[in-house]
Amino acid sequence: MEKVKQLFRPKPIVLSNGKQVQPKLNPMYYILPILVFITVYSMNITRFSFATLIARGEQFWIIVSRMIPPNFAYFSNVVNPLIATLMMSVVGTLVGVILALPMAYASSTTMNQSNVFRGITKAISSVLRTLPVLVLALIFRIIFGPGTFAGTVAIALFTFTIMTKMFFELIDTADLGPFEALLSSGANRIQAFWAAIMPQLWGQYYSLALYNFEMNIRNAAILGYVGAGGIGIILNERLAWRVYPDVGMILLVLMVTVLIIENISRTIRKKLL
Amino acid sequence: MMSKKKLTVQEVLENAPKSWPLKVAITLFFIIILMIANNYISYNGLTDTGVRVARNILRSIFSPNMDYLFNFSSRSAVPFLLLETTAIAFLGTIIGTVISIPIAFLSSRNIVPKWMASIGVSIIVVIRTFPAVVYGLMFIRVTGPGAFTGVLTLSVASIGMIAKLFIEVIEDLDPGIIEALDASGCNTIQKIQYGIIPQLLSNFASTAIYRFEINVKYATILGMVGAGGIGAPLIFAINAFRWSDVGALLIGLILLVLVIEAVSTKIRSKLATGE
Repeated sequence: MEKVKQLFRPKPIVLSNGKQVQPKLNPMYYILPILVFITVYSMNITRFSFATLIARGEQFWIIVSRMIPPNFAYFSNVVNPLIATLMMSVVGTLVGVILALPMAYASSTTMNQSNVFRGITKAISSVLRTLPVLVLALIFRIIFGPGTFAGTVAIALFTFTIMTKMFFELIDTADLGPFEALLSSGANRIQAFWAAIMPQLWGQYYSLALYNFEMNIRNAAILGYVGAGGIGIILNERLAWRVYPDVGMILLVLMVTVLIIENISRTIRKKLL
Repeated sequence: MMSKKKLTVQEVLENAPKSWPLKVAITLFFIIILMIANNYISYNGLTDTGVRVARNILRSIFSPNMDYLFNFSSRSAVPFLLLETTAIAFLGTIIGTVISIPIAFLSSRNIVPKWMASIGVSIIVVIRTFPAVVYGLMFIRVTGPGAFTGVLTLSVASIGMIAKLFIEVIEDLDPGIIEALDASGCNTIQKIQYGIIPQLLSNFASTAIYRFEINVKYATILGMVGAGGIGAPLIFAINAFRWSDVGALLIGLILLVLVIEAVSTKIRSKLATGE
């Protein structure tokens, strides 16, 4: 019994000067039961069943094995949607990143001195940021009609919100010395920002832009699911028709493209920083 | 000689390294890309209903269907959908983390031989390249539509990022601490208990919580492919132009993501600075 008691209430340590110190309870003793409880509760809600997993899990590997070898003849059908996907991400990233610059200025605590104005811009961008890109694409598809334009707008808006957040945090931590020097010599805040803050941050700005571009290729690849253009359209169609060798080809092309672009982007980013 | 001479501002400006060739090259590159893009991305104007739809969506957020938003008893109303979405993300993160731990240890260069580590890392890279929705579309064919499929999807999709970040932490392990425990006569279990787990635990926890935050966002869109959560009702409501329901669902989604983000950021900054 004494042992169990000690588990929950560690023995006090007596210091050499006679002072008693009560060690803190190991947080694992209350974190673990909470985690187990939430896990069981979640399994209940999501109707998690090991029986289904054991009975049907094999099916996943059957699907994967049917994709190998991929149908290489299908490659010619993949090229066009792939380029469309790439173009959606390039243009979307470009527009989003450029628009994010003034928004980041307006959201920065050190640059924008109006609390009300800053609060409004921050609130708008953090609310927009919560909307997943697929939801945005769905909404824009209804507004602009199906096709790559809706996807591009969705990616641009998504990039804009994320880039704003990432970049205003950088502006907040930039060195204000040169900025104040320019202010005192008569420049206005925007001129001083452009001439004293941005030169410190251009490298990180380009690096973030490339990082967003990497993410956006993966995002653009799924937009076809809601009819917003790109490689997702044929992926969804081939999966629905269960033509798995074609699916394998699409996934292979997607994988190679993502890996090539990630590697180029990482090399450039290493040089930028 | 040059360094002794005092430079004027004019001279410094003239001596600045010339970057215009690079700038011209990058500009040309983007002009070419935009010209190609022009063939692929065409603006066909708004649809007939476009403006009305945009106005309705904006209006819907300020006039949501209150019954739908605050109905705590029905399994098809917003509160339960949010709970389900969170549960999917939570289970997906837990399972993904549990699977990632052995994979990460078996792919760390300081634990296993180099060739084995590179095999593990390649598998992780392959898992990471595919968007979560792609896994969702595949798992739908395995376990049928429903929240369970969402859990499986997120479990697999999480492995890529979690394992990658775990490997970085494991490869940063300080061997000095373990050597010190060794020298003071600890056995293997004690070395793991006092030398390895304390070094890894807070970083692992931080990674898992960060992934949970991402998974909540994914769980909201997985519903669109039929894998449970708030996504499916949202897509149906938008396609059926039931604007007040759309408003309720969007408000729920925005609040959920904001709350999870805030809590996650708070816990992670606590973990990083030490409790």
